[in-house]
Amino acid sequence: MTSLQTSLHTSPHPAGRPADLAAGEPFGTPAAGGSPTAAPGPGAADPLPGAGTDQMSRARLPRHLLSAADLDRPAAIQVLDTAERIDQAMAGREVRKLPTLRGRTVVNLFYEDSTRTRISFEVAAKRLSADVINFSAKGSSVSKGESLKDTALTLQAMGADAVVCRHSASGAPHRLSGWVRGSVVNAGDGTHEHPTQALLDAFTLRRHLAGGRTGSALDGRRVVIVGDVLHSRVARSNVLLLHTLGASVTLVAPPTLLPVGVGDWPCAVSYDLDDALPGADAVMMLRVQRERMDGAFFPTAREYTRRYGLDLRRRSLIDPGGIVMHPGPMNRGMEISPAVADGDGSVITEQVANGVTVRMAVLYLLLSGEGAGSEADTGERSAEPAVQYGEGESR
Amino acid sequence: MSHVPAGSVLIRGGAPYGERPADVLLSGGRIVAMGRDAAAHADAADAEQLDAAGLVVLPGLVDLHAHLREPGAEDAETVATGSAAAALGGYTAVFAMPNTEPAADTAGVVEQVYRLGREVGLVDVQPIGAVTVGRRGTQLAELAAMATSAARVRVFSDDGDCVSDPLLMRRALEYVKAFGGVIAQHAQEPRLTVGAQMHEGPLSGRLGLAGWPAVAEEAIVARDCLLAGHVGSRLHICHLSTAGAAELVAAAKARGTAVTAEVTPHHLLLTDACAASYDPVFKVNPPLRTEADTHALRRALADGVIDVVATDHAPHARQDKETEWAAARPGMLGLQTALSVVAASMVETGLLDWRGVARVMSENPARIGDLGEHGRPIAVGEPANLTVVDPAARWTVRGAELASLSRNTPFEGRELPAAVRWTFLRGRATVRDGSPAMEVFA
Repeated sequence: MTSLQTSLHTSPHPAGRPADLAAGEPFGTPAAGGSPTAAPGPGAADPLPGAGTDQMSRARLPRHLLSAADLDRPAAIQVLDTAERIDQAMAGREVRKLPTLRGRTVVNLFYEDSTRTRISFEVAAKRLSADVINFSAKGSSVSKGESLKDTALTLQAMGADAVVCRHSASGAPHRLSGWVRGSVVNAGDGTHEHPTQALLDAFTLRRHLAGGRTGSALDGRRVVIVGDVLHSRVARSNVLLLHTLGASVTLVAPPTLLPVGVGDWPCAVSYDLDDALPGADAVMMLRVQRERMDGAFFPTAREYTRRYGLDLRRRSLIDPGGIVMHPGPMNRGMEISPAVADGDGSVITEQVANGVTVRMAVLYLLLSGEGAGSEADTGERSAEPAVQYGEGESR
Repeated sequence: MSHVPAGSVLIRGGAPYGERPADVLLSGGRIVAMGRDAAAHADAADAEQLDAAGLVVLPGLVDLHAHLREPGAEDAETVATGSAAAALGGYTAVFAMPNTEPAADTAGVVEQVYRLGREVGLVDVQPIGAVTVGRRGTQLAELAAMATSAARVRVFSDDGDCVSDPLLMRRALEYVKAFGGVIAQHAQEPRLTVGAQMHEGPLSGRLGLAGWPAVAEEAIVARDCLLAGHVGSRLHICHLSTAGAAELVAAAKARGTAVTAEVTPHHLLLTDACAASYDPVFKVNPPLRTEADTHALRRALADGVIDVVATDHAPHARQDKETEWAAARPGMLGLQTALSVVAASMVETGLLDWRGVARVMSENPARIGDLGEHGRPIAVGEPANLTVVDPAARWTVRGAELASLSRNTPFEGRELPAAVRWTFLRGRATVRDGSPAMEVFA
């Protein structure tokens, strides 16, 4: 192969110039009980309780969060630790708001209907005192045919510091990151990735399986992810992030709902749910759309449920202290029985609450560092993602 | 313009086919003398002399597969701008695919495209006719009417879409035997490629882009080779892109089936790894395949299993490429970079010499498309359709500097070997010293 050909390959994972957040710096001094709006500006005198400088490694966050692979292990742990501290800081407050991102503008650019994710990001940004603009595809210039690029240039002109993008096309946030100067957060793109979902899942897992200790990861924990992996951005991001954090992941699905090349992913793969569950610390059920029947991915919803649905019998196979997760929205009776969804060890509603905290941490880390998202940073791309898939495809 | 009689030109010191240098004298649209005779005759004819020492003289290139976009998408390309790009790429003849708006499925439309090409006069534009009405794949178009029209159509294709109905494909193959036609198949099983965005493999899985599996091409190639063998017709496979498809064509040729195949420059050089950028300039149909496929395709081209390099030149307006991947239209520019990409992938690697390049980029496509005045030997008495190439040159591709109205080259910023210096259509220079020999009005 000529050098011409190989040199054309570009990495999908921009790293940009990392936020130069030294350990412990983000939170400044402990709040002295003053008004949360008293702080003068971003990053200054953040009223979060004292960060343990000795516990935090010097992690580097990329300028954009497009893929869970953009986070190496220290960066991923830093997001989780930051979320823990934000949670602690919020717990004692009458006004559930921190002044951290005052004067910053966060745009929620949602090309897909996703009320829950949009609200989660909106609440996260507002609790950090950012100005939030919701830009949804319906009832906007998008429905009049404006292109993603033109929308990006418009947001750019308005001075968006961060753009949270949900899009039905895989890679749309990647494209967006080349057109805006602010940070881009992927809030779910097509069948590609949903990194903040993976972070909130990891946060939830760490709380239940590692006591939420800051600095800790998920080493040695077993997580089983079940369902429509082929079309799931949640599964892709979780495989990458949970692997980064040291967990061992098993994907379970009928062969029709597994992507080509899944054997190279940093996880195990099984077609048999009953085989995979024993000893698992957590089982994560993915939403399976009934319409997939029309694509002949499986014969009937009933047969799918029989083979891959999580009922009480299967729930009893996992570790006694294990947890049941679902990114929502659930198809009750399809991939998960109501008794399991509402039963012991189900953390599904907790995941939603944690989503806000983790997204606050992400926005905080991307935006509060003066180095992050600066205009001088033109998006230099890193050579390789933090997490590598297997080498089987390198033909 | 093309009716202006060509003056005399002496190509001095160039090497036909990159072999032994020999002067070539063009006059009256033909090669009138070669070697020592040429210089003697040149004085008598008061010929313009061009110093071609160190340059390679090739028969004018013939592209069996280009999209000139006119009529219907003149914001992406016109016959005039596409012709200019072709001439600068060393071409003297270009086959224009019929997926225009309206589709080239009647004698009227193919004659319009043919006439536009003649008026521009930079290359011979030879229309390809649609196989089915509106390229909808349900009813045969009036193929004989197009064949007997002024455009004298011999190649028929629904390119952009596959003639997927096996019975319709069989009938088309049979029907065109009456006038020596050939069906050029866009081999893509539609059900296996619903929503497909890129080559199906490990990378499509991790990028979350719907896969276009190799088997969707190979299933059609296998079927159509069997059909062509069964009814004794000529079949041409457009833009063959997989190692497996090349094996199927080799096997069919070994059985004696009259099948030919083309490969695009981009499938010789680029791989699916380009899609990792999510930049749709790399989105094309069929998709960029694996590195193993590029090696197999190069080998098949060198061995004669694949007969032709065809550009699949597919200009797209910026708004159709500056989008998210799934929203972008598939296709890449090719006319001005094809020869250089072939030089990089086939000549510099030692797989083909320049005589081989002449075979796959001029002689074979002219023969398959039945263009009598193109792809001819460089010999006295033959039409003066020639291109003169500097094999030692290197140049950097800039989409904005290409003659095409569009900029969607996948080679942006890349340095490529070999540059076209002169192109002659019937003895008249269309390219002079690397620049257009005449103004083109888009």
